[in-house]
This record gives sequence, C-alpha cells and structure tokens, in this order.
Amino acid sequence: MKFLPIVWRNLMRRKFRTFFTVGAIFFAFLLFGVLMAIRAAFSMGVDMAGQGRLMVIDKVSIINPLPASYEGRIRQIEGVTDTTHANWFGGYYQDVRNQFATFATDPESWLRIYSKEFELPEDQKKAFFADRTGAIVGLDTAKKYGFKVGQRVPIQGTIYRRPDGGPWEFTIDGIYDSKIKGADKTNLIFNYQFLRETIPERSGFRDRYNWYVFTIDNPDRAPEIAAKIDAMFANSPSETKTNTEKAFVSDWAKQVGDIGKIMMWIVAMAMFTILLVSGNTMAQAIRERTNELAVLKTLGFGDARILSMVLLESFVIALVGGGLGLALSYTFITLTGDPTHGLLPAFYFPTPSLIAGVVLVAALGIASGFLPAWQASRLRIVDALRRN
Amino acid sequence: MLSQIIAVTGVNIRSIPARLGSSTVAVVGIAGVVLVFVAVLSIAEGVNATMKASGDPNLVLIMRAGSDTEMTSGLGGDAVRVIQDAPGIARDSSGSLTSPELFVVVDHPLKRSGSPANVPLRGVTPEAFKVHDHLKIVDGRNIEFGKKEIVAGRAAARQFVGLNVGTELKWGENTWTLVGIFEDGGSVSESELWCDVKVLQPAYRRGNSYQSVYARLASPDSFQQLKDALTSNPQLTVSAMRAPDYYGSQTQTLQMIIRTIGMVIGVLMGVGAVFGAVITMYTAVASRTREIATLRALGFGSIPVVLSVLVEAVLLSVVGGLFGGVIAWAAFDGYETATMNFQSFSQIAFAFAVTPALLAQALGYSIIMGLLGGFFPAWRAARLPVVTALREL
Repeated sequence: MKFLPIVWRNLMRRKFRTFFTVGAIFFAFLLFGVLMAIRAAFSMGVDMAGQGRLMVIDKVSIINPLPASYEGRIRQIEGVTDTTHANWFGGYYQDVRNQFATFATDPESWLRIYSKEFELPEDQKKAFFADRTGAIVGLDTAKKYGFKVGQRVPIQGTIYRRPDGGPWEFTIDGIYDSKIKGADKTNLIFNYQFLRETIPERSGFRDRYNWYVFTIDNPDRAPEIAAKIDAMFANSPSETKTNTEKAFVSDWAKQVGDIGKIMMWIVAMAMFTILLVSGNTMAQAIRERTNELAVLKTLGFGDARILSMVLLESFVIALVGGGLGLALSYTFITLTGDPTHGLLPAFYFPTPSLIAGVVLVAALGIASGFLPAWQASRLRIVDALRRN
Repeated sequence: MLSQIIAVTGVNIRSIPARLGSSTVAVVGIAGVVLVFVAVLSIAEGVNATMKASGDPNLVLIMRAGSDTEMTSGLGGDAVRVIQDAPGIARDSSGSLTSPELFVVVDHPLKRSGSPANVPLRGVTPEAFKVHDHLKIVDGRNIEFGKKEIVAGRAAARQFVGLNVGTELKWGENTWTLVGIFEDGGSVSESELWCDVKVLQPAYRRGNSYQSVYARLASPDSFQQLKDALTSNPQLTVSAMRAPDYYGSQTQTLQMIIRTIGMVIGVLMGVGAVFGAVITMYTAVASRTREIATLRALGFGSIPVVLSVLVEAVLLSVVGGLFGGVIAWAAFDGYETATMNFQSFSQIAFAFAVTPALLAQALGYSIIMGLLGGFFPAWRAARLPVVTALREL
C-alpha cells in the first residue's frame, strides 16, 4: 500500500491514455451487463420457474382448452397438493399496442400457488376474492398506465369477445409486487367466472381452461405424477401433456430460439475485442517503462515487489473501468428494467452473472499486467537499463 | 501543402508494417464491432424480407374487427358467405376469388433443439391455391380435399422434425399424411402447414367457423370499395387490410425487440470501439512522437501531420470494416432459422439477410469510428511543442 502513490503517478503520467483505457474497459463491462440481462430475458425467466409446480396442457396445442372436469381428477392423484387453472385472455388497454399478459383464473387457488410471484396486502386479496369483476395487476403495468387501486379500467380482449363487442370493465382490487428478482410484474389476472358468462354454451369453449397448474408434495416425484396424469387422459378427445413449469418455460424460450444464442456469441466476441485492445495498451504502457523498472531494481526493489506494483497498476485500471461499467449497467438495468416496455419482462441482471463480471474484471487486471511484469522482473538489470 | 500531406501520409502508411501489432489490434477491434452490427441487423432485415415477400398488394385479409392477428380472429360460416359476395373482389367462372382460412397451431418438435414449438397449421379450401397464386408444390403433390392430408412449407420442413413427403403425423386423435412440400416466394406461408379446412374444423372443434378470409382484388384500386362495403354492412363486424400492411404489423413486436437490442448493443459497442481505436492510434502516435517532431522541425505544418494520422486511422478502420462485413456476410447471409412470432404465437422461419445497404451502413459506421478514434491522437501530435517532443524517448 505504501507504493500506491508511485502507482498513481505512473497512471497519471499519460492521463489521456489512462482515461481512454479505463473508458474502453468501462464500455466493455457496460456491454457485458446489458448482454447478461438480454440473456436472462431470452430465457424467459426459466430460472424463476418453480420446481415443485407442474403444468398440464392439451397434447396437440395449448390453444385447445381442457375440460374443467379435469381439475377434480388431477386433484385426486396421490401427491398432488393444490391445483389452479388459467385461460389466456390476450387483453389490451385502449389501444391494441398496449398489450400485457392477461389471464382469467380462479383467484384463491392462483394466489395460493403463486404466493411468492404475486404478493399483495391481505385486504387487497380479500377484496379481490369477494369481487367477481375484480382484477389484480402487476406493479409495472400499474405504473405504466397509472392504474390505482379501486379504479375501474376497460380491458379489451383479443381472443374473447363480449356479445356487445365492448371492453370488459374490471375494478383494480390490488396491485401485486414480488421480491423475486426479474419477476414478471406486468400481468393482469381476473376471475374466470366473469369471463365464463360471456362464453356461449354452444361454442363448446365454456368451462374449458387453457392450462392447469398444480403443486406436488415432493419435486422428485414429478415425472411419475406427470406420467400418471397423461395416462389417465390418454385416448380421450383431450389428451394432455404434463411437465414441470420449468420444462414448459424452457421449451417456450427455445421457441424464440437461436436469436438469443447468436446475440450472445457475437457480443461476447465484441467484448473480447475491446478487452484485447485495452489489455494490449495496458501491457504496452508497462513495456515502455522497462528501463525504469530496472532503475527500481537497482535501488533494491525485489522481483516480487516489482511484480506486485505493476500488477497493482493494471488492477487499478481494470477495477475502475470494469467496476464502474458493472455498477452503471446494474443500476441502469435495475432502474429502467425492460427496454422494450413489456415484451421482455425478465430483463434483469442475474447475481451469478454479476459475480462472473467481477471475476472477469480481476482476470483482465491480472492478465494484462502479468506478462510485462513477469518479463520485467526477470530482466537482468544491465540489459534493461540499456533498453530504450 | 498538398505535397506535404501526401508525403507525411505516405510515410505513415508505409510504416504501418513496422507497427503491425497495434495496427492489427485496431483492425480486429473495428472488424469485431462491424461484424456484430451487421449480424444483429441482418436478423431484422431477414424478418423484414420474409414479410415483404408475403405482401402481395392485391391480396386483402379480412378478419373480425379489433383482431390484430389471425390467431385471435373468428368469422362464422355465414359471415364468410356475406364477405364472398362483396364487391371489388376478383371473380372467375367458379365464383369469387376468396379463401376462407382457419389458423391454428400444433405442438411439434423443432429440429435444432428437439423441443416442442408451435407450428402454424392452416386449413384452406381449394380456392386458396387460386388466391395465393405464387404458391407452387415443389415436391410430392397437393392435398386431396376431404382427406387428412397436409402440405408443408419449405421453411417449415427445414425447421421441424420429420416433415418429409410420405410421413405420417399423429396429433391427438388425428393422423395426417404429409403429401407435398410447397414454396411461396419466400413468404411467411412457407413456415406453415396447410390442410383441408373442412377436415381441420372438427379436429379443433371449430364447427363451421373460420378465422380469416383472403380475397384477391378485382383491380388494385378496388380496395376502398371492398373495405367500405364490408365495414358498412350491418351483418358484419370485420376489418379489411391489404396483405403488406397486415404482414408489416405482424412482426412489429419481433422487429422492435431485435432493433432495440441491436441499437443498444451497437451504440455501446461503437463507443467502446472508438475508445479502443483512440488508444490504439494514441499508442501509434506516441511511439512516433520523435519522428513527428522531426518532421515538424524540418518544416512540415501541423495540418499535414493531423491529416496523416486521420488518414491512417480511417484506413485501418476501413480495412477492419471490410473484414467485419465480409465475415458477417460469409458467416450469416442466408443462415436459416426460426423464431417465435409473438403476435401470432407461432414459429416463423426466416433467413439472415446481409444486404448491400447494410454493408454500406456498416462501412460508414467504421469510418466514423476511425475518424473519431484518430482525431484526439492527431490533435495531440500536432500540438506537441517540437523541442519537448524531440527530447521524448
């Protein structure tokens, strides 16, 4: 630590170069942060999907709803602890461009199963359970459109239609939040019974749900229970496909496909290039001072001390640039969230990626300083002094 | 002056090989940025190209009013008959050139991941092949109406498992036979499977309902006439859109995601690369401080010195830009893949398109990066007091 002033002096002697090197590293890590958030977004929150939750959909396609009678039969299976169901409503507010995920469900069982994902005060919950035309909405959507608790909002459906063609009027009974990082706070959920009234009996779509969600007592039994359910409904007009929520989310993310992966690759390469350039400059800055290092050695500085001083210098550059980059991207991503306004709700900076970033910063500091420092420490003083 | 500029620039450029290391780093840096820039935007271009190919301006899509996609639309059989009689639609001996269609999705595994994805399955009537007149069967044969037969789009056949002529596909209680592969000028229908709508309706419990009606216009000008007739008819609550408008709106979400991400990445990376170029050029200038001072002592002005550094920086970035562009073109142009179209909830296949316009844009971008990157070091080189600079090591 005693030598910090000399390290500082060395950094400041070419302020311009130091500034731009720090800047390049800063942007590389800013990019890293954005990249990690994009990756998280494209995996559609697969890390958040519950292990102990399973989903049942129609085997042919999720757009074919399953009969309501299935719920009781699923619940009877040994090991199943709770069930709920949902219908994709496809709602929008005022303009078709203002879409957010909207489901019709059974409020009580939904909030039991998703208690961590949909957190709201007890009184709001009670109001929602008691209100047939009520809805709860995520904090992000509420903020975006200025929805307040108690407000009546008209929501138009793209899939379901009211006989008069007008929008559904929901009372916002609650606004949910979640402590889970990257949780989707854009949804609007409401009571299926309110939707049911508008579905004509003869359409064949009444009392049919797009998917069921259920919890089980032991996550290890998921494959066995899933197989049992699918076997139970085999050879019926509505055969089922049961799997963990995680598997469904992961399949869904894979549908988006290569794009996320390709972006990852190309941007990782770009970051590598920027780091290569700045690392090279940092190494260069030390290489051109070889004879100064020799002077220090003449004065009695040991090899180890020289090595650590040089490493400290490159470390400071990496730490300032990389640290600022990571910090800014973290704040930016956490504050603004999804840049596409609702299309990639799981846009967040995952903690493991943050750790990876810190490791990368350290690795850059070591890698760019180590080679020239090592060369310098091994030099014979006479040769080094003669070098110019 | 000019001769000075040429002389100094000549010296600079000829001395690049002596500074091969740092010059290569600069070139690689710019090439990397351009590569990424082109690659990301070629995705958007590719999606765009597919949508353009689908937009025959004489084709009109009629859906339930308020639906933004076929997926969520719905039209009863009676409404379809009313639509078919509307004015402004082209007719032949057998009636109006309209194609009522039913659009659903089925779960089928993707080749690339083996995981299930939503394949669009479209039920059509025989008229569909007159309305979509670019469509042609390139392998096998067309479906026989009344049978559980399917023809697959060329792109769908490439993206999904087991879509070959002659294979049987079992979805739920229904077993279909794939009898042919079709092409449609690279349009979005190539991502779909087509079958007889009368067979599809009961399989999906849709009674006698459809989701959309495609109609061929009698003349390009008759759109307004058709639209007015449909929207003013009290029996109907439908909206009519020209196919190019519809397909343009279909991938809005997807394009917005790609472009937003592309912009964020592009700008951040561009700035990072400018910083990289600055330090590279700075190092190059710094290592030649004495050389530059000597030139100035000999009577060369500062403008030629500034220009020479700029020219070098631009030259390096152009080389980098060309490399990046060519690599992007070789690696990505025509690369076929599929992704989720958020609006229709189904897979859409497309090929990355590295267009000449995109390459030109990227080259322009790399020149700007070079100019910005070269400016500060050049400025510094020109302002150094000659005496100090001569003394520098």
